[in-house]
Amino acid sequence: MLDHILSILIFFPALAAMFGFMIQKDSIRAYGVAVATIEFVLSLWLWFAFDSNVSGMQFMEQLPLIPAFGINYILGVDGISLFIIILSAFFTMIGIASLTDTKNVKNMIVTLLFLQMTMVGVFAALDAIVFYIFWELSLVPMLYIIGAWGGPLRVYASVKFFLYTFAGSLVMLVGMLFMAYFYYQATGMWSFAILDWYRLILPETFQLWLFAAFFIGFAIKVPMFPFHTWLPYAHGQAPTIGSVILAAILLKMGTYAFIRFSLPMFPDASVFFMFPIAIIAIIMIIYTAMVAYAQEDVKQVVAYSSVSHMGVIIIGTFALNVEGISGSIFLMIAHGVVSGALFLLVGVIYDRRHTKMMSEFGGLAHVMPRYATIFGLMLMASVGMPLTINFVGEFLSLLGFYQQSHILTLLAGIAIVVGAIYMLAAYKKMFFGEVTNEKNSNLPDVNKRELLALIPLSIITIWLGVYPKPVLEPINNSVESIVQLMHDKSITQEAKSRIPNLVKGVEISRTTAGEAH
Amino acid sequence: MLEPVNVSMESLNLMTLAPMLIPIIGALLIIVIDIIKGGLDKTLYVGLSLLFLLMDFGSLLEASGVFAQSGTVMGVFDVMLIDGLAILSQFIIVGASMLFIPLALTHNRFHEFSYPEFFALFLFMISGFQFMVATDNLILIFVGLETASLALYTLIAMHNRDKSFEAAVKYFTMGALAAGFYSFGSMVFYALTGSVEINQMATVLAANNYADIGYVLVGVVFMLASFGFKLSLVPFHTWAPDVYEGASAAMAGFMSIVPKIAAFIVVMRLFEFLIHSGVVWLEIILYIFVIVTMTAANIWALVQTDVKRMLAYSSVSHAGFVMAAILIGTTQANSALFLYWALFTFTNLGSFSMLWISRQKHLPAHQASDHSYDKFAGMIQTAPIAAVIMALFMLSLAGIPPFALFWGKLYMISSAVTGGYTVLALIMALNSAIAGYYYLKLIIYMFMKEPVVGNDGHVYVANSTLALKSIIGFAAVGTIFALVAVNPLLEFITSFVYNSGY
Repeated sequence: MLDHILSILIFFPALAAMFGFMIQKDSIRAYGVAVATIEFVLSLWLWFAFDSNVSGMQFMEQLPLIPAFGINYILGVDGISLFIIILSAFFTMIGIASLTDTKNVKNMIVTLLFLQMTMVGVFAALDAIVFYIFWELSLVPMLYIIGAWGGPLRVYASVKFFLYTFAGSLVMLVGMLFMAYFYYQATGMWSFAILDWYRLILPETFQLWLFAAFFIGFAIKVPMFPFHTWLPYAHGQAPTIGSVILAAILLKMGTYAFIRFSLPMFPDASVFFMFPIAIIAIIMIIYTAMVAYAQEDVKQVVAYSSVSHMGVIIIGTFALNVEGISGSIFLMIAHGVVSGALFLLVGVIYDRRHTKMMSEFGGLAHVMPRYATIFGLMLMASVGMPLTINFVGEFLSLLGFYQQSHILTLLAGIAIVVGAIYMLAAYKKMFFGEVTNEKNSNLPDVNKRELLALIPLSIITIWLGVYPKPVLEPINNSVESIVQLMHDKSITQEAKSRIPNLVKGVEISRTTAGEAH
Repeated sequence: MLEPVNVSMESLNLMTLAPMLIPIIGALLIIVIDIIKGGLDKTLYVGLSLLFLLMDFGSLLEASGVFAQSGTVMGVFDVMLIDGLAILSQFIIVGASMLFIPLALTHNRFHEFSYPEFFALFLFMISGFQFMVATDNLILIFVGLETASLALYTLIAMHNRDKSFEAAVKYFTMGALAAGFYSFGSMVFYALTGSVEINQMATVLAANNYADIGYVLVGVVFMLASFGFKLSLVPFHTWAPDVYEGASAAMAGFMSIVPKIAAFIVVMRLFEFLIHSGVVWLEIILYIFVIVTMTAANIWALVQTDVKRMLAYSSVSHAGFVMAAILIGTTQANSALFLYWALFTFTNLGSFSMLWISRQKHLPAHQASDHSYDKFAGMIQTAPIAAVIMALFMLSLAGIPPFALFWGKLYMISSAVTGGYTVLALIMALNSAIAGYYYLKLIIYMFMKEPVVGNDGHVYVANSTLALKSIIGFAAVGTIFALVAVNPLLEFITSFVYNSGY
């Protein structure tokens, strides 16, 4: 069974969703929670069985789909994708468990289970076309979630979300077809397998064009600075569960894809575009922080702060060394946990008051002390306080980039500090002072169902903030092999010097070990 | 004193005619039955038509076995040409017809199906299309084209609505014009080369190194205009939305597939050698046609208020997309054309059949046209299964993986990439994104709007019977599980296209 655990992880929720159609309406929530829990346990089992000393792919599966055209169903997991898979299983579980009363709850849960299939599929796929299938398919359930359960502008928001991402990924598809064609020219065989593509060394001009094609697809998904306009609408209109999944998992597809595709396939182009992308990322951090400060809707504040932190992930990724990339992967998980939790928290207050305007609140700390505590914790994590989960990721990302450029890192660091201002201001407006609005004086504090979701998130936030090693170690191992691959593959002098060579160190330690014997 | 012509029966190779003769015999039989005993039910004729189409399909299987063994077969004074293209396209023609014929078994009674002539004409039309693809003789192509077209005009008119007469007359006028263009084009080529056979023309033109390039241009322009009408390429597409709207939904779905694949084959035979002749302006003309057809049709489709008109523009756009294969002209591109069209058959017939089962006899007051977008509002609440299937077809048309048409698009764009048409590949990809919007619009109406008051969901299945449901189920299964079929299909198509030298 362990041989096919990844296929099971992908298709179990989809199969369960099919059966979900026949479950009676009142029992569907329990069914959804049960399925998502099984899925989560399976993903934990994957972690348990995962050998964290191996840097390459594990639990590989291969099945020919269209061998005439080089398309195979290839799955595999390494330290980079492992934790995002667990995270997506986890968030689907607590998302369904904490689902408040919604109309058509059956459709919602079935949709969520289909969405889960696509999320796990994206992170487990090792064939570009299989990756693309899940990547595109994930748009459909999200379109439905935003469009059917969203706010007043939901149709506009969902269509914008869909078309923006769809257009970007079609450009990426053309890039993939080119990549397969170059592979065909080099070897005489069609192949869309990512591991095959890793072995292909392309001339620099080709790399630049292909990097640009893939970049458009990924940057829209992240979303990076000029392409980010769909996200505030999507977050603003989506129901709580939609925002949580979107922020915690779907956005990570973009940053994950950078590490899976762009860096190892186009090392020279990555070095070439390192500084332009870093500058865009810094603009993204500062600009969205400023926009967030101007928001009156607390959900928009969280949405913009989420974009802001995605900028830090990008900076870490394009540090192109082990610290930076490991940090950015860790930050992906951290960002998923923290922004997911913040969106859940916003959902809690929205359910009580049916408004998200900060001016409506004030002094909530008196009325809802437990809520204020958890919100405070997540907020501190979000601004990157030491001993919380975000700090580890942000610190490593910036540490990595410091080796490439001092000034840009300093700018990014300052920007993150500035980011604390709007979060704290928002917190002050909502929680401190006297209860000014009569409607707020009798709000019930968080209930059991909400705590069920929030307490595990709080525990993870602190636990991984204090002791990140169990997660960081497997990530590190896999990242080392990718950085080494990039160094070996790179052609230009610039790239050779920017991307560190790790083998030297390993070789020395090997020889010393040999001498010791 | 004329010499007696001595032709042995074997050299005629009459077996090459078998696939075309079977539907003709079927049509004649239907007429004879009607003469002997009139007033029989339509189920009889549907059954008979299906049987003859099945036999036709069987004879094609036979022919494909022969082709796989001994390559291209010529017959009947070398007029018939049974090569891979002919066999593949006949598979699509006959297969799509078999999916179409059961759509006559509707719940409501429709005028045209009560006439046995409908089915006779239909079978004549099929044999016309089969003749058209199975020859490279311009005269026989013309005969096939006109047989099929005249029958098709009549079939449209038999729907017996005001708009269907308009549609039939419009289609007839345009078709007559196209026929005129076609005969002019053939005349020019005949004058240039002294032959009406495409391969002879290619040899002669190549031998004198395209000396009369001006006349070739004139001939090509006439031919392109003629097939522009048949394939509804912009700017010759103007008939398409009106004709689709006037014809019954089932017939519209049929028209979007079968006549076009027949025309594509002729265009492929004719333009294959012209494209490879290295004449630059020809490539430019085709390039412009392809891009304008794809893009303009997509933009028109965005603003339609009726689903059927939207689908009409969408199929114009798909035709432009596939026309790119002719432009690229590699084996991969030509195989992509067949793959695309085979997958398109399932999806497009499915979506038109979904319109067909929701056909009402009388329009309610709030509805402007037969299939306006409002009609589908909130369909997920009243008819969830129908809504999901309809959404499936829309996603497939939009090219969302892993549904059928995605694989066609993938292979087609890939052939543009390998053929060196980078910009074209990008334009094709971005056009799919534009197209995404109007397919999505229907999904939005179905899934995210509230139903019109008083709509209990019955309208969506008003016209449904077991036969229609099974056709739709068949199309849906084909659309979802296309993934499994793509590899064998691709290998089959590629070997056939490659072995016929395209």
